[in-house]
Amino acid sequence: MIRFAAALIAATALTGAAQARTLAVAAGPDAQERLQTALLDAKPGDVVQLSAGRYDLTDGLSLDVDNVTVKGAGPDRTVLSFKGQKGAGEGLLITSDRVTVRDFAVEDTKGDGIKSKGSDEISFVNVRVEWTGGPKESNGAYGVYPVSSTNVLIDRAVIIGASDAGIYVGQSKNIVVKRSRAEFNVAGIEIENSMNADVFDNVSTHNAGGILVFDLPNLPQMGGHSTRLFRNKVVNNDTPNFAPKGNIVSGVPTGTGVMIMANRNVHVFDNEIDGNQSSGVTLVAYTQPFDDKSYNPLPRDIVVRNNKLGRNGWSPQFAGGAELSKMLGGALPPVIWDGVTSAGGASEAVRVRLTDGPVLNLQLPAPGNYARANPAVTPTLGDAELPEPSAVVLPKRQADLGV
Amino acid sequence: MRLWAAALAALLLISAAPAPPRVALKTLLDETPAPRLSDYRLLGPGGAANGGLTPYDLNTPLFTDYAEKQRYIYLPPGTRAAYRSEGVLEFPLGATLVKTFSYPADLRRPDRDVRLIETRLLIRRADGWAALAYVWNEAQTDAVLKRAGTRMDVAFIDKAGQPRRIDYAVPNQNQCKECHQLDKTLQPIGPKARNLNGDYAYPGGPENQLSYWRRKGLLSGAPAPAKIARTERWDDPSAPLGARARAYLDANCAHCHHPRAIASNSGLFLHLEETRPAALGVGKGPVAAGRGSGGLAVSVAPRHPEASILAFRMASNEPGVMMPELGRSVIHEEGLALIRDYIRGLPDPASRP
Repeated sequence: MIRFAAALIAATALTGAAQARTLAVAAGPDAQERLQTALLDAKPGDVVQLSAGRYDLTDGLSLDVDNVTVKGAGPDRTVLSFKGQKGAGEGLLITSDRVTVRDFAVEDTKGDGIKSKGSDEISFVNVRVEWTGGPKESNGAYGVYPVSSTNVLIDRAVIIGASDAGIYVGQSKNIVVKRSRAEFNVAGIEIENSMNADVFDNVSTHNAGGILVFDLPNLPQMGGHSTRLFRNKVVNNDTPNFAPKGNIVSGVPTGTGVMIMANRNVHVFDNEIDGNQSSGVTLVAYTQPFDDKSYNPLPRDIVVRNNKLGRNGWSPQFAGGAELSKMLGGALPPVIWDGVTSAGGASEAVRVRLTDGPVLNLQLPAPGNYARANPAVTPTLGDAELPEPSAVVLPKRQADLGV
Repeated sequence: MRLWAAALAALLLISAAPAPPRVALKTLLDETPAPRLSDYRLLGPGGAANGGLTPYDLNTPLFTDYAEKQRYIYLPPGTRAAYRSEGVLEFPLGATLVKTFSYPADLRRPDRDVRLIETRLLIRRADGWAALAYVWNEAQTDAVLKRAGTRMDVAFIDKAGQPRRIDYAVPNQNQCKECHQLDKTLQPIGPKARNLNGDYAYPGGPENQLSYWRRKGLLSGAPAPAKIARTERWDDPSAPLGARARAYLDANCAHCHHPRAIASNSGLFLHLEETRPAALGVGKGPVAAGRGSGGLAVSVAPRHPEASILAFRMASNEPGVMMPELGRSVIHEEGLALIRDYIRGLPDPASRP
């Protein structure tokens, strides 16, 4: 009995919430008000439990309470449908810390699917975000969308049909994206203006581009670095790019495997990269004009090694790609670098170690200056000693969610 | 003696008449929101204001689907707001901002057949500001708390004489905070000294609001209004176009598009104090706009409103595209025209020396 009491006290202390409750919500009429009310009523430690069924929602939902879990009965059983959405920029918006969303689906949002802004310890586990009409320009931009967040876990997510990136992590720090599947999006997975990301054991297929690691200017957080992409299957990315023009991903050629732009310290290894008609792995500079002295537009400290490279680059879908391909005997090498080593005021050395090959170096004199390309193909390129970024470690409680 | 006492009693009655019930300060400060608006004794049936409230206006307000807005401030007896040259005034514990949204049946006759829709409260409590929305009943006698938001069918005749029907959105409690936050802390948006720095038509005649507040002991530490910055009126045709447009963007966009607010990740900052062209959208590519970009390359293309995402998103009423994301379902034609004129008048960056 004493032991039992001690165990109970220990359990209570561990959860840190003596009166943690479960707030049950069922599908049916007035789902919008009942579900939103539960998200407002939740106290730290509570679980908002969504029973199986289809929830027809008319407006965006939002959660602003720390330490809450929103849990469904499985991504095929609990479905939040936003087909009738009349307002808000996303389906579910999270603005608090230590939140887990898991085991449900979000369908047909007018804007983004599930977004977190400024959250610490935000976890998306076993969720599906889908636009059920297939890839369309009118679909929302991002499926799973943590931004300006720290300690981000995305595990076993499935995202289908996003008109920008299925999984998009922006301006965040300490990130794990694993065991997820992105298909029929413009970009499968995109890590942008972020620090310390591990992206592994994912499948990115039938998108226009598989996995992107970008950095963009004029944003509060710039200088993205230290990302590891490993053990991913980046295969058959063959959906024609359907992004609305103007967005950076609209410039990603259909059939791009991995693309690294203007980012530092990115290691790509042990992936299977196959069936991408434009290229396997591409390293490029940011080519738009920008007015931001602290921004470095070049990819640098990049390692591409030990990947299983299949058939890639047989029909490149970018300007000049066909001519280039013809010049090189009918297909492009699997690894392509634009070869820009200086731009504007960027004084940082550009180092690469590309041991998977052959490698095509376009040797551009400046970002985007394809007219003055001086293509050279070598079996490998660069031998810079570039230590691998250390593994991303999430807070224990969060890491345990992914077990 | 008895006579004297009776006279005094009569005098007290007169001076107290019409004896206004005191605002329920204790209820305002209670952590649990009252279920009915009348519980606070701020507004009575038909929205009649308690005598302890002071009405005010903003030079440039947020557009909300052409709703009329009646604003009041309540300050607990003996307290004052403190002047701040930047940002909103500093309000004392218990201070409450009261805003009622309503529609006249015909916008051309704003005083007739007015339907009250909702009253939003911002209450300064010990642990910070609380935002609450109360929805008026059909009989217009009282309003009830709606924490999870709701939609309401609203019909009116617009200023051009056309019948309009809108799906009016009452925000949920979190959505209040989405707009009303700086550094993740709930804040008022409107009552900045610069946006209050204009005349109000008081019963005794028009007077500068800051002077009036100072004179009535509602505001401390304020210099003379002439020495205080002023947000231009967006709809004053005699004011410079640029100042009107920046005032409009400040009031309609900058509660999110601000380095310390919820759209900070966009890098697009539209508050009056911002001066960097790229942060104001000039030549700036979209970041996370998705189809909100409308196929356009930059937020603001000087001289070309038709090529500017800013104007494109204002011209949409489709969720996922339109801006602001919350608080409107129809296009603000007059505001859009102003922003288009502003963009048309911006200097071409190519022609800069």
